[in-house]
Amino acid sequence: MEKEAIIRFERVTKEYDGLVVLDDVSFEIERGKFYTLLGPSGCGKTTILRLIAGFTEPTKGTIYFHGKPVNHVPANKRQVNTVFQDYALFPHLNVFENVAFGLRVKKKKRLEIEEKVKQALRFVNLEGYENRSIQEMSGGQRQRVAIARAIVNEPEVLLLDEPLSALDLKLRTEMQYELRELQRRLGITFIFVTHDQEEALAMSDQIFVLNKGKIQQSGTPKEIYDEPVNRFVADFIGESNILRGTMIEDYLVEFAGKRFTCVDKGFRPNEPVDVVIRPEDLEITTRDQGKLQVRVDSQLFRGVHYELCCYDEDGNEWLVHSTKKAEVGEEIGLYFDPEDIHVMRISEDDGEGSDEK
Amino acid sequence: MSCASARMMVRDPMKNSVRNVYLFPYVIWIGLFVVAPILLILYYSFFDIDGNWTLANYKTFFTPIYLKMAASSVWYAFLITFFSLLVAYPTAYWLTKTKHKQLWLLLMILPTWVNLLLKVYAFLGIFGTYGLANAILETIGIGTKQILFTDFSFVFVSVYIFIPFMILPIFNSLEELNPSLIDAARDLGASAWTTFRRVVFPLTLDGVKAGCQAVFIPSLSLFMITRLIAGNRVITLGTAIEQHFLVTQNWGMGSTIAVFLIIAMAIVVIATGNRK
Ligand SMILES: Nc1ncnc2c1ncn2[C@@H]1O[C@H](COP(=O)(O)OP(=O)(O)OP(=O)(O)O)[C@@H](O)[C@H]1O
Ligand SMILES: [Mg+2]
Repeated sequence: MEKEAIIRFERVTKEYDGLVVLDDVSFEIERGKFYTLLGPSGCGKTTILRLIAGFTEPTKGTIYFHGKPVNHVPANKRQVNTVFQDYALFPHLNVFENVAFGLRVKKKKRLEIEEKVKQALRFVNLEGYENRSIQEMSGGQRQRVAIARAIVNEPEVLLLDEPLSALDLKLRTEMQYELRELQRRLGITFIFVTHDQEEALAMSDQIFVLNKGKIQQSGTPKEIYDEPVNRFVADFIGESNILRGTMIEDYLVEFAGKRFTCVDKGFRPNEPVDVVIRPEDLEITTRDQGKLQVRVDSQLFRGVHYELCCYDEDGNEWLVHSTKKAEVGEEIGLYFDPEDIHVMRISEDDGEGSDEK
Repeated sequence: MSCASARMMVRDPMKNSVRNVYLFPYVIWIGLFVVAPILLILYYSFFDIDGNWTLANYKTFFTPIYLKMAASSVWYAFLITFFSLLVAYPTAYWLTKTKHKQLWLLLMILPTWVNLLLKVYAFLGIFGTYGLANAILETIGIGTKQILFTDFSFVFVSVYIFIPFMILPIFNSLEELNPSLIDAARDLGASAWTTFRRVVFPLTLDGVKAGCQAVFIPSLSLFMITRLIAGNRVITLGTAIEQHFLVTQNWGMGSTIAVFLIIAMAIVVIATGNRK
């Protein structure tokens, strides 16, 4: 019961007019977790949601709900509800009727409808707005109506397609908390789509990082952030210093013309690799104490930290987030622990999207 | 600052008067060709055939002959509107889904550029005893039928003539419909039919209303088609007005009928109105 998969994609491929949009994707969705599909524009996030919701069918492969294939089951027969990117609220109905739509379609009793709609509106803090028309609601309120309209049907899975992208930063952060809280209270599975990596890291139990119709990596936010499997993920999730190196042997990697001990193993001897060090893992010290010697090229104050852009003797760029200040033009040393080095296999479709830093 | 606002105040009334100048041709047009004729019709409706002031025309209108005529006008206009809608809605829906929308739309609008009389004469040929329709009936073994001068041919030709005016507004409202609303309805458990009934149709109702107006109102006062296609078997208010003005020269009675037609049109506009 603990690890029951509600939805399973088995080698699902989706093509539009011969153009491959999803390429042989497999994954499982478990009950009661908060999932995020993260990736750049056009990578196929919405397509995955549309496949789950049943608005479109896979070209190849099978989608299972509770172990049963559902490729040809139409949207209105699926225990799934969607919060659309543009909310898609019915403009001819008021807030109450929008939320009641699903229940009315299912021919529920009048009293039950009234009670459930009230309850759903209370859930999203919109009590007393029943008789408002949609045109009279603000962006944030509309979004909550859209959520209420979906959850009132008590779906097993709630799909949310970039529901926060239209909101300003403050409201957005507020809604992130509210959504996460809502998911905990309802205990249902959320599949949330975003192209904002901070949002994904803040909200999810599990993240799927997508690029060009393929899942690049799936894991907890911490796994994704700390151990990106390839250059794309490292680059997409947060700012990184990524450079080419060579894995000399287990626990020994060479980059920037030097050899460093690290915690990675399992590579071929002398295998070419990508090496990632996060800017916040680099510590400023004196030239002699540093493992790397760099010259400060520019410095920006970012509020919480200084953002330094430095170059080493080989011309590699090093981004450093430091609470300590440095002088532009100064020669400094950079210190890091062996755990701060992440070694990644070079992915097949490398060289695209992210150039050498 | 104060200087600027002072200039604004000077300029504002001037802008208004400029706008009024632009409005002038339109006001003259409306006055000469809309308001004046209506007033004239109203005026004439109070005179009998010899030019004496009377209310008799109105009394005559409420006799069974004219009431029946009025009823049949409304009935035929209703039929024409109904069948236009029945054909136009699916057509408009299909149009929004096709690849070459503009081309198809053009093809559907094209007939409206052809003179009405020409189209009606064309149907005289097609529906005539030796016309295409009967030739087809003959070859498939049904045999020659009287098609011309029937209710069927009257409604058919009228629908043919009016249908572009029904398709266009419905097509426009369907085009404006956000497709994710349909996904949303399906997502919430609605079948295709329920989605149409609860979402698509209500949201395209404005287009349907506009189309019904554009078809129903002119259908009320048809006379050319009744004469040529229905062979005067169908007598509507339009035919009656024509008869009174051109044949019996009873302008008073003709005007009275016209007054009721105008009232009927006003009612239709108000009933299908209140658009946002
Ligand atoms: N109905 C369609 N017909 C043809 N191509 C489509 C269709 N829907 C999506 N695509 C294509 O599929 C690709 C993936 O689209 P998708 O909407 O899944 O991207 P996305 O990850 O949601 O992007 P965004 O972040 O911009 O919303 C895009 O290249 C898009 O052009
Ligand atoms: Mg999308």
